[in-house]
Amino acid sequence: MTAHVPVSVSPEEARIADKPRLRRFRQASWDEKLIFELGSPGERGVLVPAADPSVERPAIPAALRRAEPPALPEMSQQQVLRHYLRLSQENLGADLNIDVGQGTCTMKYSPKVNDQFVRDPRIAALHPLQDEDTVQGVLGIIHSLEQLLKEISGMDRVSLQPGAGSAAIYANVAMIRAHFAARGELEQRDEIITTIFSHPSNAACAKTAGFKVITLHPDADGYPDIEALRAAVGPRTAALLITNPEDTGIYNPRIEEFVRIVHEAGGLCSYDQANANGILGITRARDAGFDLCHFNLHKTFSTPHACGGPAAGACAVTEELAPYLPRPTVELDPETGAYRLDDDRPESIGKMRPFYGVVPNLVRAYAWIMSLGAEGLRAAAETAVLNNNYLLHKVRQIPGVSVPYATGRPRVEQVRYSWQKLHEDTGLHSEDIGLRAADFGTHYWTSHHPYVVPEPMTLEPTESYTRADLDEYAAILSEIAREAYEDPETVRTAPHRSTIHRVRPQALDDPAVWAVSWRAYRRKVLGGAGRR
Amino acid sequence: MVNPVAGLGGRVGLGGTDGPDRARTALSLGARPLAGVRAAAALGELAARAGESPRDGLLVVTAAGPLGAESVAAAGLTERIVYAAGAGRDTSAEDTAAAVRAVVAQGVGLLLFAGGDGTARDVLGALGSPGGVSCPVLGVPTGVKMHSAVFAVSPRAAGEVAAAWLAGPGRVRLRDAEVMDRDEDALGAGRVTSRLFGWLPVPDVPVRVQQRKTGSTAPAPEAVGGIAAEVAERVGAGLLALGPGSTTRAVAAALGADVSLTGVDVLALRPGRPPRVVARDAGEDALLALGPVWIALSPIGGQGFLLGRGNQQISPRVLRAAGGRERLLVLCTEAKLAALGGRPLLLDTGDDALDAELSGHLPVITGRRQTSLYRLAR
Repeated sequence: MTAHVPVSVSPEEARIADKPRLRRFRQASWDEKLIFELGSPGERGVLVPAADPSVERPAIPAALRRAEPPALPEMSQQQVLRHYLRLSQENLGADLNIDVGQGTCTMKYSPKVNDQFVRDPRIAALHPLQDEDTVQGVLGIIHSLEQLLKEISGMDRVSLQPGAGSAAIYANVAMIRAHFAARGELEQRDEIITTIFSHPSNAACAKTAGFKVITLHPDADGYPDIEALRAAVGPRTAALLITNPEDTGIYNPRIEEFVRIVHEAGGLCSYDQANANGILGITRARDAGFDLCHFNLHKTFSTPHACGGPAAGACAVTEELAPYLPRPTVELDPETGAYRLDDDRPESIGKMRPFYGVVPNLVRAYAWIMSLGAEGLRAAAETAVLNNNYLLHKVRQIPGVSVPYATGRPRVEQVRYSWQKLHEDTGLHSEDIGLRAADFGTHYWTSHHPYVVPEPMTLEPTESYTRADLDEYAAILSEIAREAYEDPETVRTAPHRSTIHRVRPQALDDPAVWAVSWRAYRRKVLGGAGRR
Repeated sequence: MVNPVAGLGGRVGLGGTDGPDRARTALSLGARPLAGVRAAAALGELAARAGESPRDGLLVVTAAGPLGAESVAAAGLTERIVYAAGAGRDTSAEDTAAAVRAVVAQGVGLLLFAGGDGTARDVLGALGSPGGVSCPVLGVPTGVKMHSAVFAVSPRAAGEVAAAWLAGPGRVRLRDAEVMDRDEDALGAGRVTSRLFGWLPVPDVPVRVQQRKTGSTAPAPEAVGGIAAEVAERVGAGLLALGPGSTTRAVAAALGADVSLTGVDVLALRPGRPPRVVARDAGEDALLALGPVWIALSPIGGQGFLLGRGNQQISPRVLRAAGGRERLLVLCTEAKLAALGGRPLLLDTGDDALDAELSGHLPVITGRRQTSLYRLAR
């Protein structure tokens, strides 16, 4: 599971590693139509046997019956397969490219064997409304995963009911709200403190839950500003929501002090551990004094990101906050050894998702942790940190790149670099470099907004990539930097060998134009050419 | 070299002091000259710091009277006068240029000038082609507009930077700093932005030398709507003085009022009804006459100046009468705050005690129920 770390390297190996060959990559361009524009009337993928006229129709109320069949594509199986394979070739998926450029997302390898477990009918064919007695196995897996995450976080109780990301953060904020409501302090404690380099979902969830948000900016060294925290806390403080290490990859060495200051003001501390990849088995939320934390199982614990698809979160809390956990909880009867779902939790914040969360991802994460063991988890974290600092060493030698903050210090699991110097020298933006990277079969992400680090680029290599992968990635960036200085027009007009040239941002930003469904596409794009 | 009329237009709301007419108008409105005093503060700091480093005496080459010699004398430094303006007439841009040329001809180690963007342009013009100046230059900020990157962040900082440069020019790099001035054409079109006129070599001491102003673009409407709602809630029914800038103007527009881009306007906020404009382009006296007001300010993009650049009408007296920190609403979108790159917000009111009182972490309103705690420094 853990990445191979070469102990010694021959001069020849070192020479090859230092000058990896750049790929002559060219992405497929199928000019494929949308699936709604394919097929023909009556075409089918599966021929469902017709019902005998004597068979009664199911008792669907007349009001719910369609007057006309749904407007679905009509296609054969082969057409469907071909369509999606073509689309997949026009993509840069996590299993296809050296995906270290998606910093903060922890794009580690999702072992395929874990998908076999999930596709096993004993998981895949389960129904959430089955009787508890018939799903003891999966309840046992969930309960065991909770115990593992308790150990990893140091917390007293874990819920795997919420979704990941904002859903888990919102669950934690809702528990903070419930805690102060129960103490009659909610009206007084209406402020939540976060930092500008914590994930922006922390501020967003706090606001959504009705809190006022105070954001702290970093001090001159890039660390969360402890003087700002002292100025921010007070009797109105409900909680601190903070990431550590932050998106810069800088670990806050005064984190215990942060927690103490907030606790002394009567507030709670919630640790955004969506990505805990650099500190697994090294430090724990509870050890720093936190009251709550959450994990994204698709980051640290290897489940697929699934293009923002259904992901599982884990909320971990102290005993004091356990009554507010989402329901149902999985309870083990020590007498009988049977598991049951407890929905009778009057102080619970309720359900964050239907039923019991995203069970397939719980199975994958459980399998990943069990395959590594405690030592393996720590080795994964150490390898991720080593990979990151190796890449840091390579990238900082590229002309035009700088590494803001904490000068000369190593980083934990990721780095937010800056192309500001290259921008000043060439006029090119970080986005241009990222798009040119697509011509070499990879890409990168810049940063959350607002850009506190100018012309940002965030790289996170995780433990999954080999030294050759990292050398190749650094060589691609180095080549693009060379082009930027010598032939900026090539970079400015990139990508040249990718399927799509440039996406117009209005397609994503402008509600009048965006079309996330076929119906919207027909209305806004096909039907209303005049609107554009 | 001191431009004695620099900054005159600030507190009386003229927005600048370019040309003799505006200077006379400013004086008739009760403006008091400050450039000489601020130049003396810079030289005083230089004298204090120069004493710490080995040197063979510090000689200040300057022009007679208010063009420099008065400030040099006030700082207790030795002067050599190489230029005098004709007696019995107001000094002008021509005097600035002639004085600068005379001073530089003496082979000085650093040309220190006190003024604003207009003065910086005069200095650039006097020293030759844009980008071709060899004598190191540093601006003591005394003007109304200071979009250029040639100024220290305060008079004292100017003294500090000058001392560092003179103590060991080899240890401090020079960088070409932009000379900018307000773009009057763009202003006519409702945009506050500046135009580049050239570069002057400036000792590069980060933070102590101000960054050039970034051309302001209209802030995102959704951010402004949130900021406006927060301001309305905090002020309730009351008077709100809005400093110049595109953010404050956009906020005023979101509140339902039309205000000027470069002046200080005062609104009477009334919950449930659109605000009433009670004063336009108000000067210091007009603001004091209104009694207690809330003061809404937005930092200058890129530079981070909150007080003392382009809004000198909001003087120490006005700030104290308003109630200081408690009545100060700092408005800024998150994007504009991020663009400061971690540099603090800056203030230079000319009143050390007030600057000290206002310094520290200040809540910046970035949206509805949303603030960023950001450092405000002298």
